[in-house]
Formats: sequence, structure tokens, C-alpha cells
Amino acid sequence: AWASYMTNSPTLIVMIGLPARGKTYVSKKLTRYLNWIGVPTKVFNLGVYRREAVKSYKSYDFFRHDNKEAMEIRKRCALVALEDVKAYLLEECGQIAVSFSRLNIWFYIWVVFFVESVCDDPEVIAANILEVKVSSPDYPERNRENVMDDFLKRIECYKVTYQPLDPDAYDKDLSFIKVINVGQRFLVNRVQDYIQSKIVYYLMNIHVQPRTIYLCRHGESEYNLVGKIGGDSGLSPRGKQFAQALKKFIEEQEIVDLKVWTSQLKRTIQTAESLGVTYEQWKTLNEIDAGVCEEMTYAEIEAKYPDEFALRDQEKYLYRYPGGESYQDLVQRLEPVIMELERQGNVLVISHQAVMRCLLAYFLDKSADELPYLRCPLHTMLKLTPVAYGCKVETITLNVEAVNTHRDKPSLNSHNLPAGQTPVRMRRNSFTPRASADTVKRPRHYSVGSKPLDLLGPFPSLE
Amino acid sequence: VCMTNCPTLIVMVGLPARGKTYISKKLTRYLNWIGVPTKEFNVGQYRRDLVKKYKSFEFFLPDNEEGLKIRKQCALAALNDVRQYLSEENGHVAVFDATNTTRERRETIYKFCEENGYKTFFVESVCVDPEVIAANIVQVKLGSPDYVDCSNDEATEDFMKRIECYKNSYETLDETLDKDLSYIKIMDVGRSYLVNRVMDHIQSRIVYYLMNIHVTPRSIYLCRHGESELNLKGRIGGDPGLSVRGKEFAKSLAQFINEQNIKDLKVWTSQMKRTIQTAEALGVPYEQWKVLNEIDAGVCEEMTYEEIQENYPLEFALRDQDKYRYRYPKGESYEDLVQRLEPVIMELERQENVLVICHQAVMRCLLAYFLDKPAEQLPYLKCPLHTVLKLTPVAYG
Repeated sequence: AWASYMTNSPTLIVMIGLPARGKTYVSKKLTRYLNWIGVPTKVFNLGVYRREAVKSYKSYDFFRHDNKEAMEIRKRCALVALEDVKAYLLEECGQIAVSFSRLNIWFYIWVVFFVESVCDDPEVIAANILEVKVSSPDYPERNRENVMDDFLKRIECYKVTYQPLDPDAYDKDLSFIKVINVGQRFLVNRVQDYIQSKIVYYLMNIHVQPRTIYLCRHGESEYNLVGKIGGDSGLSPRGKQFAQALKKFIEEQEIVDLKVWTSQLKRTIQTAESLGVTYEQWKTLNEIDAGVCEEMTYAEIEAKYPDEFALRDQEKYLYRYPGGESYQDLVQRLEPVIMELERQGNVLVISHQAVMRCLLAYFLDKSADELPYLRCPLHTMLKLTPVAYGCKVETITLNVEAVNTHRDKPSLNSHNLPAGQTPVRMRRNSFTPRASADTVKRPRHYSVGSKPLDLLGPFPSLE
Repeated sequence: VCMTNCPTLIVMVGLPARGKTYISKKLTRYLNWIGVPTKEFNVGQYRRDLVKKYKSFEFFLPDNEEGLKIRKQCALAALNDVRQYLSEENGHVAVFDATNTTRERRETIYKFCEENGYKTFFVESVCVDPEVIAANIVQVKLGSPDYVDCSNDEATEDFMKRIECYKNSYETLDETLDKDLSYIKIMDVGRSYLVNRVMDHIQSRIVYYLMNIHVTPRSIYLCRHGESELNLKGRIGGDPGLSVRGKEFAKSLAQFINEQNIKDLKVWTSQMKRTIQTAEALGVPYEQWKVLNEIDAGVCEEMTYEEIQENYPLEFALRDQDKYRYRYPKGESYEDLVQRLEPVIMELERQENVLVICHQAVMRCLLAYFLDKPAEQLPYLKCPLHTVLKLTPVAYG
């Protein structure tokens, strides 16, 4: 129920800092994280608005602070962006908007939190420019040197008018976090509420050191072979083969300081044992608890609990097994794992199908609709490498046969739907996660403990 | 160079009456509760043990040679005990509670840590608000053993002069000079924070904790749901509703809450019927937390203790042997519960007045955190039905 602690006032996060300080990187990452934990968040990038208004970028001259025409255009873009922000937060049930403009911020209806990125390390800045600016739509034809040159001059244009947040005097009543030199140091001022506290904690745990995350499931288990879900069975002979193949793969990759994590169920532990390296067991990585359906096959579940079976196909993300968990519960349970993954370097996570889907959805920015149907076959490794603003995924099959445990989403005009069946109960006090690019409107759910804004209708009915 | 598993020394920094001991004790309590063996070392206590009777602030004058000698001796004695705790007694974290206001003193401590293979993390508390300082003095200094024979006015006057003794030589952690140290600087009781070079997971957790605690007066009310149908039958777990007496309790609870006239009370329940039904009777909005659900007794769910003893005699015996770590087959242990409840504790720290309607094992875990009870005692804490525990933070506890 932690998502319910959002203040019902929406929050506007304002990114501040000179160009090439990582604002877009941080805003996209933060947005991805917030959406995954169930807080509808969207980024409003001024650069995008500017590119719409000025079809072709010529040079850094556009950004000179004495370029009156350009200033007019930039001001207008900021206003358009602000209108879109208002629409998102007030009409489309967004909770958090991330924007890059300090102009004309309306303080009365939303809570404002500033995230400033300050960096004076020329190497970091140069690396940023090479990583993300060289491939920007602004520079379609240029070669690296020209881009670097133009962009550095662009930064100089901003420096003339840049006013960093001043916690001691002018800005002492604002709520903000100042991130200095890519997380070496932080200044945090007047954190107002729960969501700001979570944002601060997240920003303090992420880093930009290159590293790789490996996600895979345990080797095929005895229960997999007979189609039973859940339980705590050991590896089948092919599963043991996979563990050996995994060991070879890991050795070939020659990964520096690899951490290995498993759940506390036999099948992941047995898989890790074959690697011959130290590994850590996390109970939170255990497979989704199927409650009364544990250790049954899908056929048995359909026979014994036909209504439950149909309900699950209707709304697989929210559906909670009686006496068990839902994917939504899993995401909440896995949040500390994500936080620790952010802190770490190279990690191999040996987990389970539903768990891996949740983790993957976080890294690949997948919404709640897609999450339960992400493909995570047995004996397949996913290698994730952070790159620019996202994550590169490599799928590596380790060439050991296994059963297929994937069930696709059944077609919606399904005769399975029992007549008069009550719809899957949305869990009170929670949001459904969205991907950052999600534009589908979803109803907002209220914490019963907080006063809602009058604009937005009555509480959803309980029981 | 430290490997990830090396112990950490947390070094408090700040003038007197800035909340260092408050923070040390609270942080120690939190770390122990989440399972990180932690101990605090208060240098002032060492001084009291050595110098039997405190005379006046003159002991702390910067030119008092005798005083300086004794104080340095105490600091070294404390560091020695730190070494024993971290290197010989399997402690993970030690909290060194002293003013440590000069760079020279901090250098000494830093070198000590390097020699012994400990990581160093500084926690500085900076406060210039005279009201806060005065309030601190009243809360914790007037009752100190140092001022046992003085009137309140005399004590306050002496203590203010004591603070002055430190001020001239106070060197706050500096962004440039101390840029390679790991630290958090807390300003004005949490209005703002400066965090530098967080090195590892435990430091990150410490920073998160320190940023979420506050000192605003408030009360936390803990109680269990009203008596349930399964309680009546002596069965554990399950998801039963309230019994007749349980419903009566809910009504009495509503009355009690009304009489207490609590400002902005938040009410939290688990997602099990019996706590929800109890809260419903209050007629106020409440939040449901799944993590507040009772401990999962796995295969023993809905059995009586006699049935468990009959069907699972080995398990029954094992549980009595180590009740904290014992995990029901396909269920949970108290240790699992503590891990699951950590976000609740963190949010309780952030909040002000809260009523938590939960379950026996859950309530024991929460209570152990607030009352600093160790793992051995936790599973045996008394949390009877139909009893509300009202917790009010006071001084250091």
C-alpha cells in the first residue's frame, strides 16, 4: 500500500542544470522507476518542443542569450510545455511531471521539487556529449569534432544566465536535491513528503559506472517437467545441464567482480551451486506465491477453480491468487532488489519467471499490461547493458532444451468469461504501473486516508 | 582498501546539545533491529567514569591542560573498546559519540580506522537555532548526572558556557577540505542535508534513515485487531472475522480514540479481515498495508498449537528452541517479518500521530524496534488482545 502515500497534490519535478549535465538521463531513469513502482510519471522535454517549433537546428547561435528571436521561440515552447504539464497532471491522472523549465511555474496547485545537476569535471561533460549529443537529432550530419565544438559553445551560452540553486539564501525555502559531480555529493533541502523522500533515495543510489546485469531463470525443474507451478522442486537432468552451461558461459564472459544472487528456493540455489562462486540468497526473489493453486498444473487449476482461471487471464497483472500474490504484489516486493541492483556493478540474478518479468519490465520500461506476458524462457540469459538513455538487451540461449512455460494472453472475446462475474478487484490504494511512453488514461485510485482533489470524482467502491 | 564486509565506524560531529547522542542511540537501535550488530560508545560516559565528580564548565576550557589530557585519554579508551567490539566481538558498526569538532581529532580517528581496516562515516549535526538548543538542554542535559546537584538555572548557565568552550576551535566538515571523506551533514534538525561520497549499502541505508527521522512530538498507538473467530478456537493464522467480543473492542477503541483527541491521526491496518473490521468501527479513513499481515504459519495455518504439536512435533520443538529464526515450513520466521516490516518502520518515522492495528507477531516486531528489544526477547514480548500501547518519544527513548 505504499503507493498510497502520495500526497494527492500532483508533483512537478523540475530538472535544472547546464547542458550535458545528465538532466535527460536522470529524468528518463527516474520516470522509468516511478512508473514501475506505480506512480504515473511523464517527462516533458523542452528540447523536443523546441525541435518541433524550429524544424532545423543550425548552430549554437540559437542559444545565445542575446538572440531575441530565439528567446521568443524558447519562451513560447516553455509555455506550450507547461500547458501540456497541466493537462497531464490535472486531467489525465498523471501524478508526477518532469520538466526542464523554471519559467512560469505555478506553485498553487502542485508540489514542486527541483533536481539540479552540477558538474565541473570536463571529462564527464565531454563523455556525456559524445554519448548522447553526437547522435542527437540536432546534429544529423556533423562529425564528432564539430558537434563537440558547437555543443561546448552552446553550454557557454547558458552559463551566462545560469543561476544555481542557492540553499543558504535565495532558494532556502524550496524543496530540492542538488546532485554534484555525478553523485559524489548531494545537497538535500526541505524534503516535504514521502514521494520526494523516495526520489532522493533513488537518485542517491544510481550511478553511471559501466556494468552489465545478467538475468536468467533457474534451470528446468522437476515441476516444470510435469507442468506444475510454484512449489520448491529441484532441478531436472536438463536443468542440471543448464547449470553447467551457465558456468561455462560465465567463465567465458570474464566478468569483473560478478555478484550472483538467487532466491531461497531450491531450483535457483542448485543452479548457482554449479557456478562454484559465492552467491547471495534473497527471499524477496522467490517466485510469485500461487496460494491455493501452488503445485497444480494449469489444467488442474482450470478444472478446480474455473472462475479464478478466467479472472487471471482477464487482468493478469492485478489478479491475486487466493492466499497468494499478484504481479502487483511482486513489484512491491522486488523494489529493494531494484534499488540494490542500481547500487551494484556486475550482477547475475538467477530467479523465476514472474520475478524475472518484473525485473525486466523495470529495465525495459514495460507497462503493467505487457509485464505478465514478457518472454522469459528457461535456459535463456538476458544480458542488459545501460547505454545512452536506456538499456541494450542481448538474448543468449544456452542451447540446452527445456519445456516452454510461457502462456500468451488469450484473445479478449473469450467465452471463458463467466456470466455476471465481478471484475477483478483493483487493489485499493495502488496505481497500476505504466511505461514512460504510455498514453492510455487510467483511473486514479485514492488513498482513503488522504483528501482527494474535488475535481476528480468519488472514491471507487469497496467490497 | 576495505572489502565490502569490513566494519564501519560512524563518527558523530557537532557542538554540544546538537542531538548527537539522540542520533547515535536512535541509529544504533535501528541498525540492531534490522540485524546489523551495532553499539554506541559515548565518550562523555567514559569521562564521567574517570572523573568521578563534575565540577563546572571550566573542565572544558581550551587551555585547561589537565582537562585536555583526561578528555584525550577518554577518547582513546573509547576507541580501544571500539576496536575490541568491531575486531573481536563481531560487531559490524560502532558509533563514536563525541563532539569531534576539530579536524585534528577527526584525523586521529580516521587513521585509527585505516589501521584497523574499518570504513569511516561522519555524521555532523549543525544547528544555530537557539530555541532548538535550549529545548535540547531542558530535555536531556538538566537530568544529566553532571548536574545532579544543581538547580535548573545553574545547570543551563553552566552548559551554555560549556558550549562556548568548543565554539572557537570548531571546524565544521568542509566541502573542499573534507571532500574525500564520507559524511552526511544534517542542518537545522533535518531541514537540509549535505551528503558526500556514500561508499556502500550500509552508508546508503544510514543516510536514508537519518533523512526520514524527525523530532516533532507525536504518539504512536499500537494494538492488535479485536478478538477473532479463530482466536476463540485457539487457531493461528487464517483470515477470520471478529468475534462478538472483538466487535465490542472495536467500538471501545473508537471511543478511546475520540477521547484522546489526537491531531491528524493516521490509521493503518493489514489486509486481513480482522484488522480491517476493527478499523471500520472507528469511522475514520484508514490505510491497508499488506506488509502488516500476520506472520505466515505456512503448513501450520489455522491449526491449534495442540494440533501442530501432534502433526509436526519436530517443528514444534524447533520453534521453541529458536523462536526468532524458526521459519514455519512454507511460511515465515520472525526474522522474515522484521525484513518485511522495515518500510513500515521507515514510514512510521516519517509520520506523526499513527494508530497501527495489526497482529501479535507483527506488533512484537514493531514494539521491539521502539523499545530496543533484542532478537531473543522479541518473540516473547507481551501483546495481549484488546490492549493499546501508546508510545511517546521522550529524551533518548
